[in-house]
Amino acid sequence: MAEHAPMLTLRGLTRRFGGLTAVDAIDLDLAKGGLVSIIGPNGAGKTTLFNLVTGLDRPDAGTVHFEGQDITGLPPERLAAGGIARTFQLGRVFGNLSVMDNVLIGAHTRLRAVKPAVPVIGPLLELGLALLRPASVRDEEERLREEVKAILARFGERLLPRIDQPAYSLSYANRRRVEIARALALKPRLLLLDEPTAGMNPTETTEMQGLVAELKAEGLTILLIEHKLEMVMRLSDRVIVMDEGRKIAEGPGEQVRGDPKVIEAYLGHGLSGSGEQESAA
Amino acid sequence: MSSWLDYTINGLIVGNVYALVAVGLALIFGVSRLINFAQGSIYLVGAYIGWVAVVQLHTPLPLTIIVVAVAAALVGLIIERFGLRPLQNSVRIAPLLATIGISFVLDQLVMLTFSPNPRALPSQLPDVRFQVGGGTIGPLDLLIAGVGLTSALLLFVFLRYSKLGWAVRAASQDRDAAMQMGVDVNRVNQAVFGIAAALGGVSGLLVGMYYNQIDTAMSLQATLKGVVAEVVGGAGNVPGAVIGSLLLGLVESYGVAVFGTSYRNLFAFLLLVVVLVLRPNGLFASARQAPPEPLTGTFIAPSRPVRIPRWALLAATAVFAVLPFFPVSFYVLQTLINAWLLGMLALSLTLVAGTIGQVSLGHAALLAIGAYTSALLSLTLNVPVGLAIIGGGLMSAALGTALISPSFRLRGHYVSIATLAIGEIVSLVILNWESVTRGPIGISGIPPLSLFGYELISPNSIYGFSFVVMVVLALLQGRLLSSHLGRSFRAIRDDDIAARAYGLSLNRYKSLAFIFGGFAAGVSGGIAAHLYSYINHETFNTQQSILALTVVILGGLGNVVGAIVGAVALVGLPEVFRIAAEYRILIYGIVLLLLVRFRPQGLLGTI
Ligand SMILES: Nc1ncnc2c1ncn2[C@@H]1O[C@H](COP(=O)(O)OP(=O)(O)O)[C@@H](O)[C@H]1O
Ligand SMILES: [Mg+2]
Repeated sequence: MAEHAPMLTLRGLTRRFGGLTAVDAIDLDLAKGGLVSIIGPNGAGKTTLFNLVTGLDRPDAGTVHFEGQDITGLPPERLAAGGIARTFQLGRVFGNLSVMDNVLIGAHTRLRAVKPAVPVIGPLLELGLALLRPASVRDEEERLREEVKAILARFGERLLPRIDQPAYSLSYANRRRVEIARALALKPRLLLLDEPTAGMNPTETTEMQGLVAELKAEGLTILLIEHKLEMVMRLSDRVIVMDEGRKIAEGPGEQVRGDPKVIEAYLGHGLSGSGEQESAA
Repeated sequence: MSSWLDYTINGLIVGNVYALVAVGLALIFGVSRLINFAQGSIYLVGAYIGWVAVVQLHTPLPLTIIVVAVAAALVGLIIERFGLRPLQNSVRIAPLLATIGISFVLDQLVMLTFSPNPRALPSQLPDVRFQVGGGTIGPLDLLIAGVGLTSALLLFVFLRYSKLGWAVRAASQDRDAAMQMGVDVNRVNQAVFGIAAALGGVSGLLVGMYYNQIDTAMSLQATLKGVVAEVVGGAGNVPGAVIGSLLLGLVESYGVAVFGTSYRNLFAFLLLVVVLVLRPNGLFASARQAPPEPLTGTFIAPSRPVRIPRWALLAATAVFAVLPFFPVSFYVLQTLINAWLLGMLALSLTLVAGTIGQVSLGHAALLAIGAYTSALLSLTLNVPVGLAIIGGGLMSAALGTALISPSFRLRGHYVSIATLAIGEIVSLVILNWESVTRGPIGISGIPPLSLFGYELISPNSIYGFSFVVMVVLALLQGRLLSSHLGRSFRAIRDDDIAARAYGLSLNRYKSLAFIFGGFAAGVSGGIAAHLYSYINHETFNTQQSILALTVVILGGLGNVVGAIVGAVALVGLPEVFRIAAEYRILIYGIVLLLLVRFRPQGLLGTI
């Protein structure tokens, strides 16, 4: 049973904005090591669902369980420390920070030497250690920097030569890559990717698909929002289709693709997955 | 003896005046998400134009009101067209800084034209009072109530039934959608700035008549009161601003009835802080608001900081270190001592406003806390001055952080409002807590600087001491910036939501930034106290906070070397060009405006 241990379980998750129910009673099960994709037209509530899982927004109803623990409504910093990392649809890198620093922020929850787990005066110790920088702190920083370089190497020559450049100076695609690198630096047990290939050309998309496949093969549990159906079909164990906040279909990719309700949802909104992609780029 | 009814009437009348200011703020905030810190200056301009009309032109009352409204509206339109419209596509912090700069320029222009001395603004109405129940009411009260109601009615009709009013409402509901539907945002901005300014100007006129006195200090007070009322009612909510204003008027009036006049403002600012902390969306905000969606654009101007080679920094430090050994005049040393003290304050502010992005407008309060602590420690407990100054730094760090901590969850302009209010609260507490601070009398006879028993009295030794302290603080801050805390602070500034998603606790890191910055500012205040030998609740005022902000922006936000270069430039250049003292604040305001417009990254670049 171990390989089927549930990693993430959502039950009846609901979020309303005024009169609009952006996420409507969503159930979802994601097993350890699995990859589930969420697709659906723009405004379906996919990003809002991610916000609820990662603590950036709180649900009006329903529960989120992560590795068997109820994490509903916990603040994002707790969830990050618990091993949940995400990327953002619109790409939220720290514009004035270098690529290196952006990815180091990803490793923030793993700092130990400089953040002793001492109650009350912990923050003051952190300030003191940051100023004094004893050998243990320097070693930790050095180790993390090496690790960041290893992570960046996964993107070939895309990021390594730009490691000291501020993120605002990067191309759009590179900023998306920095986001993923930052997420990997957290050593996540659950990774949420919000349209990782938005705005990328076919070559770049293939590259990204390869990377996600690699991560999956390494055993990482992944929740993926993606419009490019080709990629979704290749990677996903299961696909969930959302429309107007509700789950309208769920199952293996091929089955979902042929579902009349799904075709209707996409056509009804006058958008196909790829058409929307072009307008976003 | 005044009755409760009198206090209620007074509260409602004053509330009406606040409403005229607050409604303008709410309109502007609704359309452009900007808190217009220049609103009080327009109110000031209105009061003085009213004075000219009444005293020099002898206009009849209705004409006075029209003249003031039209003139103030013109000022508002000019501000919108030349101060803010060019900043439409710049970084988020820019319009906020611009309104602060505009406010200083306007206030100073009024002060230079009319002198800072208070003037009488006679009411043009007969001085009679009517009995109403147990209280009395005068014609001016009725006029204010009448103007308030008429403006509200006119505004309602405008917003509800005119095409431009519809555009204003559309733009404040969803600016992007309104633009897509063909709403001309510039016209909308013009409309709200014109209306806001007309209302603000008339408000200044009425207040001047009500108290029969006008002076240039009115400006900041009006901005603060208007902002309090607006935030209490919910930023951008026009009816909310009216109710918030009446509430503020009543709270103040009853507070004065129970505790006395010197507590009036304290109540206003406490109300603000309580609302900001408990209900940051105002008392009447509907359900829980979603966190604002991804903010487009960056908070500060991105730039590549100027790299200054290490040898150049060492050489500059060495030159300034040995300067006293050369025959330089006392005047030069004195100027540089001032620059070093301002440099310490700027180091503090560049960390808080630049590195972690909390634009503090009350930084002088940290100076005051440090100065009072150090002065009292050395005077009453005979603590050696060197230790007392460190005590002042620690107290500023602890108390400053504690005071601002309830506001850590606020963002953007709200942080500036909260720090401004907390700064005012600190100075009011100093004024009113006589048993400890000696109240309005201030503290005199503060012992001079001394170190290990040696008094530092010669200009050379004072220069050396303050220079060394500043350099040490700068080195520490540089070290801080190169640690994991530096990148954590900057990450929070660039995108606090993404930072939280990666485990950075905003409370923890904002606290650490304020602790570190509070210490530097407290030390600066402590040294100043021992240099001045006398301090009171006005020694460290908002002008210093704004001066420090200008220094920080001049040098480049977050830039340690920039903070010091900026301090030397802003203290030194006016001396070099022998600019008279009364023009300096004006020049600082203009420098701030030019920087925001043409070089937002400052001289050495943001870090
Ligand atoms: N903070 C918010 N406030 C109000 N409405 C929101 C907010 N965030 C999202 N929505 C609305 O919720 C719906 C779902 O949005 P979203 O989750 O971004 O969809 P998707 O990611 O599937 O494109 C949309 O109609 C959107 O306008
Ligand atoms: Mg989305």
